[in-house]
Amino acid sequence: MNTGSEYLLEMRNIVKTFPGTRAVRNVTLQVRPGTVHALVGENGAGKSTLMKILAGEHRADAGEIFFDGKKVEINNTRDALRIGIATVYQELNLVPEMTVAENIFLGREPREKLGLFVDSRSMEKETARIIAGMGLHGAPRTRVKELTVSAQQMVEIAKGIHRGSRLIVMDEPTSAITEAEVERLFGLIRELKSRGITFIYISHKLDEVFRISDEITVLRDGVRVATQPTGEMTRSRIISLMVGRELSQLYPKAEFPKGEVIFEARGLRRDGVFQDISFQVRRGEILGLAGLMGAGRSEIARAVFGLDPLDGGEMTLEGSPFHVRKPRDAIRRGLAYVPEDRKLVGLCLERPVIENLTLASLERFVKCGFLRPGTERKESEAISAKLQIKTDRLDLPVKYLSGGNQQKVVLGKWLLRNLKVLFLDEPTRGIDVGAKAEIHRRMSELAGNGIAVVMISSELPELLGMCDRIIVMRQGKQSGELHRDAATQEGIMNLATGAFHG
Amino acid sequence: MDEGKKADEPGAPNVKPRYTKEEFFSRYGVLLILVVMILASSLLSPAFLTGRNMWNVLRQMSIITIIAFGSTLVILAGMIDLSCGSVVALSGVLGTSVYVMTGSISLGLASGMATGGLAGLICGFLVTRFDLPPFIVTLAMMTGARGLVLLYTGGSPIINIGDFTVLGQGDLLSIPVPVLVMFLIYGLVLVLVKRTPYGRYIYAIGGNEAAAVASGIHVRRIKRTTFLLAGLLTGLAGVMLMSRINSGQPAAGLNFELDAITTVVIGGTSLSGGIGTVTGTLAGGVIVAILNNILNLTNVSPYWQQIVKGLVILLAVIMDLKAKGRGRSG
Repeated sequence: MNTGSEYLLEMRNIVKTFPGTRAVRNVTLQVRPGTVHALVGENGAGKSTLMKILAGEHRADAGEIFFDGKKVEINNTRDALRIGIATVYQELNLVPEMTVAENIFLGREPREKLGLFVDSRSMEKETARIIAGMGLHGAPRTRVKELTVSAQQMVEIAKGIHRGSRLIVMDEPTSAITEAEVERLFGLIRELKSRGITFIYISHKLDEVFRISDEITVLRDGVRVATQPTGEMTRSRIISLMVGRELSQLYPKAEFPKGEVIFEARGLRRDGVFQDISFQVRRGEILGLAGLMGAGRSEIARAVFGLDPLDGGEMTLEGSPFHVRKPRDAIRRGLAYVPEDRKLVGLCLERPVIENLTLASLERFVKCGFLRPGTERKESEAISAKLQIKTDRLDLPVKYLSGGNQQKVVLGKWLLRNLKVLFLDEPTRGIDVGAKAEIHRRMSELAGNGIAVVMISSELPELLGMCDRIIVMRQGKQSGELHRDAATQEGIMNLATGAFHG
Repeated sequence: MDEGKKADEPGAPNVKPRYTKEEFFSRYGVLLILVVMILASSLLSPAFLTGRNMWNVLRQMSIITIIAFGSTLVILAGMIDLSCGSVVALSGVLGTSVYVMTGSISLGLASGMATGGLAGLICGFLVTRFDLPPFIVTLAMMTGARGLVLLYTGGSPIINIGDFTVLGQGDLLSIPVPVLVMFLIYGLVLVLVKRTPYGRYIYAIGGNEAAAVASGIHVRRIKRTTFLLAGLLTGLAGVMLMSRINSGQPAAGLNFELDAITTVVIGGTSLSGGIGTVTGTLAGGVIVAILNNILNLTNVSPYWQQIVKGLVILLAVIMDLKAKGRGRSG
């Protein structure tokens, strides 16, 4: 190791401020060549901002970046690519209608002799070579939209490699892929690492961070609080560094007496999506829905809530028939749904926090046809304080909040109503540890108040930690049900995959 | 229950500016431009800052601005209305015609507004019943309504409208009627948008329609209401326009929909919906009117005037993007 470039990448004293929010305050990040460097921290700790500066999407207010020992200026995304930094985002940046080869070569297509037309043949040949070189298999002419999320990620990586990138930033790469795909991804990362490619790996999943990384940098509130070799870190130490305090309990599950059955579904069916779905949930109970991606869990919740049509089956709420054609019907009867994708169906991002909070309960704040801003604000402040929503003001557009706080706003929207059954779809995906524990605490509290909670989650520890009962789904059908005392990770996985683990 | 008072949460923000710079500009930027324009104009022409000219500016902006208030609602809800110009002609001509037949100003006014409202209802119905894009539906209405008014009149104007002119040319409390009506509508729409659930809902629908549906909002009903309101205002504007030009002109109102959209956009409302204010639209109306006025006062050729207006639209939208585009997503 020569002294000149001990680090492939060095970001020195980076500062970035945004309106109304803390961002990055004087962060230094040093990444050694040929390593996987994990970047962890709560949402809003500054990880994404730091990486967007590196990718050229944001410009730092102050600070310097050195790549391979040389000072570099990254003013836009092209600069980053030219220097050799590729970023694979959570929301992938591929063109779904184009083929694998076209995506990999996008913007730098080889030309035929005349220089007028794209030389598809050599492009596809080269793509096949790249894919094989990465130890993958797949056809260069497959359209990207036909690939799984995991395969799309690999295409993104291939694209980066093809462009000669030496540093690949991966932002939450495993939030939407299966366990087996995670293994494949890690295999690929190790393979590329052995060939000298360097990775920055951002994840909330600490198990993965421990498995794949060589060094870990922890950010908190826009400040670097530690950088250490992974071998010298422990899980609990990372968590306490991230939240700045020891986290007593991640799953604050409290035992409550269960009441009568409040919601029951019999033989629910949506053709081609799920069938024969029957379950009950009691007041004060937390029911888990487990299964792999695409097992039909979210689809059930969406259909019960009236977002998608049902093709068959019956439902009862508090003993009387429950028919739903649109969400409005479900909401009126006391159902609520916190969706998996809060930005898509949960929030109006440009609107202030307060308007998002009261959107589903405005009629409560109306007198003679007019809104009463005073009461609206008072109740919003109360719910915001109760959920510890971190924001400067309730008038701030909700897009300025971190993921965890946005999730709390969606939850708060329903808490302002008289709730009976609450469906939570991946309530803590992509959310930092602190906010996670708080959402769990709130779930427990809601159950304690006699609300029936149905939680869909892909995180087994979360299901095991919070649920009284877990229904496991596989390919649109119920494959089993486990009680709290009898549920194990292996048990759930067996039912979810239909296979037996060795 | 009240455990939420732990003040020393990690990351609890400790600086609390009233507004950030960007928010300030997106909120008051239009007014700022307005002030600058008034100052510049009064330097350019001594005739500008006179009482008479000011009334002129207000009178000239009133009809388009009334339509623009309706368009503001439509655009806030994430839709667009291209039919305003034709509906102005149709409702104005029908209103005038009813007056000529009955001799009743209020019947004329009512039938004009009803025509506009009906056109809006039809658009709203088509948009919500068949999930058609508002752009297409109102484009069809634009063509259809123009055809209808030409058919009804045979292409020739309705003349001898007598006292009906009071709506466009009269004064009330020594204020021109259209100006008075414009401010009245401004107040009504402002209250509607800021103080009623309907107002909240149009912002929510324009901001994220899927989220609005999932929050139990009657999205379709709100959209229909929005088109109805816009239609009523267009009808009102149509009647006042005909009254002002002394006849029911079937060819009148050409491009009014674009003028209205221009006003709304210069007023800071986002064409993608969910962002904007009614006061912005009023300011947008004043900006356009002052621009027209000062270009006339300084004898700029009408051709150049159009070019200048095109540039101003671009400038307004660019400034707006600059002010709003910097979101944080970390």
